[in-house]
Amino acid sequence: MSNAAPRPSRGAAAGASDSVRPVTATLIWTLWILAALAVIGLYLSWTAGRLDRLHARIDAARAALDAQLLRRASVAQELATSGVLDPAASIVLYEAAHAARQAEEEQREVAESELSQALRAVFEHPQQVEEVRQAPGGEAAASELAEAVRRVPMARRFHNDAVGAARRLREHRKVRWFRLAGHAPFPLAFEMDDEPPPALVERPA
Amino acid sequence: MRIGIVCPYSWDVPGGVQFHIRDLAQYFIGLGHHVSVLAPADDDTPLPPYVVSAGRAVPVPYNGSVARLNFGFLSAARVRRWLHDGAFDVVHIHEPTSPSLGLLTCWAAQGPMVATFHTSNPRSRAMIAAYSILQAALEKISARIAVSEYARRTLVEHLGGDAVVIPNGVDVDFFARAEPRPEWQSAGARSAAEGGGGSPAGGTIGFIGRIDEPRKGLPVLMKAMPRILAECPQTRLLVAGRGDEEAAVESLPAELRSRVEFLGMISDEDKARFLRSLDLYVAPNTGGESFGIILVEALSAGAPVLASDLDAFTQVLDQGTAGELFANEDADALAEAAVRLLKDPERRAGLSARGSVHVRRFDWSTVGADIMSVYETVTAGAAAVATDERSGLRARFGLARD
Repeated sequence: MSNAAPRPSRGAAAGASDSVRPVTATLIWTLWILAALAVIGLYLSWTAGRLDRLHARIDAARAALDAQLLRRASVAQELATSGVLDPAASIVLYEAAHAARQAEEEQREVAESELSQALRAVFEHPQQVEEVRQAPGGEAAASELAEAVRRVPMARRFHNDAVGAARRLREHRKVRWFRLAGHAPFPLAFEMDDEPPPALVERPA
Repeated sequence: MRIGIVCPYSWDVPGGVQFHIRDLAQYFIGLGHHVSVLAPADDDTPLPPYVVSAGRAVPVPYNGSVARLNFGFLSAARVRRWLHDGAFDVVHIHEPTSPSLGLLTCWAAQGPMVATFHTSNPRSRAMIAAYSILQAALEKISARIAVSEYARRTLVEHLGGDAVVIPNGVDVDFFARAEPRPEWQSAGARSAAEGGGGSPAGGTIGFIGRIDEPRKGLPVLMKAMPRILAECPQTRLLVAGRGDEEAAVESLPAELRSRVEFLGMISDEDKARFLRSLDLYVAPNTGGESFGIILVEALSAGAPVLASDLDAFTQVLDQGTAGELFANEDADALAEAAVRLLKDPERRAGLSARGSVHVRRFDWSTVGADIMSVYETVTAGAAAVATDERSGLRARFGLARD
């Protein structure tokens, strides 16, 4: 539509050019605002996509962490009931592993930390590790446990890294104002003592 | 497992990252995995069968020097094709912050991604400007690896998040089994090998690195040489590496210049034999090191090591128990420590023995197993890597094609 176009709805030709200008200006402004809104919308949509991907990454990392924790507790429990360890160590380890597997979500971090402490206490001396290795089938159990205690800190670090990235994005104004996170719960890091027993993870020289 | 590895730097230019990727790829291929490496390379460069060329890298000024990088539409298309054809279970990106293939892959892929941060670059202005773009690409990475505690610290400070530390790998036995070359050995070491007693007058000191790169520290060593030669006149300094040899000895009095021998660039085999022949390996680097692979190689070959006390070196040398440290850039401290070590064969033998034990943790069998643990942690239960089609946006508006 051009400025010079005659507007038949208007009676007086002289008044037409005066009143058309504001209408056209409004139209242009509206177009600009629509374009800006579209750009903002695209940006918000892209950010929502980013956030969505981060939440998916947290879920995957959490599943991996759960798998590693469960694996560690299972191997520890197996060792505790195998009769390779002395009775006192067996009970301590069994108790901790059992508690870690059964723990409710709120007590999980504490229970897993206690399992780490129990493992460190039981495998404090390299001789104890050696003894397990000497037992029939012990070599496999020892290396499986060594693998598990090495992977727990790894999986936890990857999980908390994803959580940190998501939190940084979620704390941003645009995400809070436009509620881009939807109903997804605010991600929490998994905090625990995951220090492995040194005697177990030390490699043969 | 199907593994895709992305190398950001030209395959035809030798460098630490390239060697690391080559060894890693060969290690996993040896274990029966499928490995494909995407790397910039000239089209006429002969490539090993597992390397896919991403086209020629373009030299552009970046971060204060000329870097050879891959970017733009064509490179992005090649990355996408490689991802599509490879159908990888995991993609391992090296140096994802450099504006090259690593970043392009981050951008183009979705699924399990592992990234290794090699250098501990101070945060550049470009990185600050592009921070949000960089962050959007980097947050797709499921697992980050730093090559040293030092590299991890800089990573955490500059980009946030966290990483696991897995050092660079070395084929320890390749160095441990190399034959010493008599012309690189001192008279003492030769006669000791033949059953005689060593002579205390001096030995051979070795240095490997670019001669004209001041950060490699040859000038510091040259400054220390007169004092070392005054105490141990039979000492020889062997220098392996590219650069202007005339300029390197300029600071040395003319009569001492004959005690310095330049070997130029040496092959991998010769490097191992060289390190096996030495009485003392000196690493006077003044900075810019995030790991120190050369120290690990020297330790593997059983050479006693004397290194500057950079963060990365201190860590590789286990706080000074696997090798001696001297105050960085202090030529007098270097000379004093070198003289003390050259006159004390027992101390050197002790260092060599402790080093050989300590270095086992850097062997590929250990490092490779750790990297495989990372792969298995991130791929457990996850879908394979695919190209990121960005269908999310179209789908949200009901415009998805399928």
